Amino acid sequence: MAKLETVSPNKPPASRPLPKAATGIDGLDQITAGGLPKGRPTLVCGGAGCGKTLFAMEFLIRGATQFNEPGAFITFEETGEELAANVRSLGFDLDALITANRIALDHVRVEPSEIAETGDFDLEGLFLRLGLAIDTVGAKRVVLDTIESLFGGFTNQALLRSELRRLFRWLKDKGVTAVITGERGDGQLTRQGLEEYVSDCVILLDNRVNDQISTRRLRIVKYRGTSHGTNEYPFIIDDKGMSVLPVTSLGLSHEVSNERMPSGVARLDTMLGGKGYYRGSSILISGTAGTGKTSLAAHFAAQTCRRGERCLYLAFEESPSQLFRNMRSIGIDLEPFAKKGLLKMHASRPTLFGLEMHLVQIHKMVTELNPAAVIIDPISNFISGGTTGDTQSMLLRLIDFLKARQITALFTHLSSGGNAGSTWEGTDVGVSSLIDTWLLVRDIELAGERNRGLYVLKSRGMAHSNQIREFVITSDGIDLLDVYVGPEGVLTGSMRAAQEEREKAQAAERRQADARRQRELDARRAALQAQIAALQAEWKGVSEEAKLLAAQEQARESAIAEQRAAAARRRGGDAEKAKNEL
Amino acid sequence: MSSDEIWELRLYTAGQTPKSLAALANLKRLCEENLKGKYRIEVIDLMANPRLAKEHQIVAIPTLVKKLPSPLRQIIGDLSDKEKALVGLQITPAHR
Repeated sequence: MAKLETVSPNKPPASRPLPKAATGIDGLDQITAGGLPKGRPTLVCGGAGCGKTLFAMEFLIRGATQFNEPGAFITFEETGEELAANVRSLGFDLDALITANRIALDHVRVEPSEIAETGDFDLEGLFLRLGLAIDTVGAKRVVLDTIESLFGGFTNQALLRSELRRLFRWLKDKGVTAVITGERGDGQLTRQGLEEYVSDCVILLDNRVNDQISTRRLRIVKYRGTSHGTNEYPFIIDDKGMSVLPVTSLGLSHEVSNERMPSGVARLDTMLGGKGYYRGSSILISGTAGTGKTSLAAHFAAQTCRRGERCLYLAFEESPSQLFRNMRSIGIDLEPFAKKGLLKMHASRPTLFGLEMHLVQIHKMVTELNPAAVIIDPISNFISGGTTGDTQSMLLRLIDFLKARQITALFTHLSSGGNAGSTWEGTDVGVSSLIDTWLLVRDIELAGERNRGLYVLKSRGMAHSNQIREFVITSDGIDLLDVYVGPEGVLTGSMRAAQEEREKAQAAERRQADARRQRELDARRAALQAQIAALQAEWKGVSEEAKLLAAQEQARESAIAEQRAAAARRRGGDAEKAKNEL
Repeated sequence: MSSDEIWELRLYTAGQTPKSLAALANLKRLCEENLKGKYRIEVIDLMANPRLAKEHQIVAIPTLVKKLPSPLRQIIGDLSDKEKALVGLQITPAHR
């Protein structure tokens, strides 16, 4: 699917753009670069049930309500009541608009069984009624649904054709923007070849069934005097009317952000250069069944909401309540975020409708919610809704669309094969090249156990870890652990736990040995101290004895001197001398 | 059908176009020939009153509506095809 046809550069710059009447239908005005040709008739054709009447009605109602262009609806098939009831389910109040004189409605009933033709006639009655309807509301827009019914009512086809030609001429002269619907015929756009008369703009609606899945598509077959998108564009009809998706490959011109968005798992952020994913990048989490892809996605969703940003979660496997319950079991409560309106869960089966319709829906929801992050869980299921090529093209457009809006997109992907290494590094949908950050969650089977390992396969624009981390899901969320790499390979799970135990035991042993040695040293020190004390006591004893000895010596000396003096006195000589000597 | 029944006929025209004038002339002649004295013709000019076109579900001009006797019948065209007109109005020709 190519991109929108662009205005050719060598177009004369002075050319006056064709005046257009905006339809107000989502996306259609983009494709037609402004709307339907103003003041001219447009033919809307398609098979039964492809939305022609609704297209016409929405064009008219939006004209009356949004663009101040009242309209006249001439219906040839359904009555006014039927039409009002039909569009009420799409949120349009036709009766109120008719009462307010914004829309005039006339049901032209042509009953062939009651009519006999006798000679020349014209459709002046129809002209008068149309004129009346236009004049009552001052209509700028006119719908004729389905004028081909007239062909069933009258036998003179040649006359009818010339009258139709006159009618379209007359509408142009009136300057009203007209939508004429027509049933698709064999080999031509309409059964009666209305395209012959309405040649300014032809829009073809289609409702194709492919593998039991129907997709509505719209194509502008022709639009005179203006450039327009030439592709088939899918469209949906929901409770807000029609929306056409001008999904195109936007090319690679989007702005990038340097801002980071945490993944919700602290250790994973560390692996991704310490800060997490880039804002506006596309992230793929691939892995086999039960490896925790959804848990990782839920972490990211919770983290985004915690920061007060909006997140769109598209679940294609689980219902919202099941997802809430399951994530609560690992400690992530998403429900409060959903209640606050930050998290929008949308669960549907991928096979509910075709890829294009999914794309339209996602497009619509993203436009309405304007989220910071979109999670698609999982994208692999889309393959069941289309071929691989279709899926790839759809995802490419989706990623381009989200990138252009700086929305971070996280996809999970269920790898089909668990046995071959090649499947881990390839996806069935072939989106690997579109992905900026690719996480792989893998089963590591060892010693009768399955454990999970997480790798960062690639992460553009950041220095990311090359390590395998063991990925454990606890009741408090995801935890990433180091993996033991030993001679027998990586150790995970209980082998890692055993290794941890062994290391713990070794540490304890070492601690005990240290303590024992400490005790020995203490004892020796104590013994030495005791020795020192004994020696000191001995030294003290010895020195006291020495003092005593000296004192005895002195006493003996003085006693001798005393005796000597006494002996001299007794001898009586040298008494004076002896006195001085003392 | 009973012979004293009154035929109520209504002719819708849009202005004094040749087709309308022809239709009125043809109708009058047809009634004179076949329903002498027991018919009533009402001519409604939708140009003067277009609202009636919507109310009476008129698309083609000229349109002749046989209101009575029932069933209601619509005949379009200028009534130049006399045979068809008689069949359409379910009139049994008086003189053959």
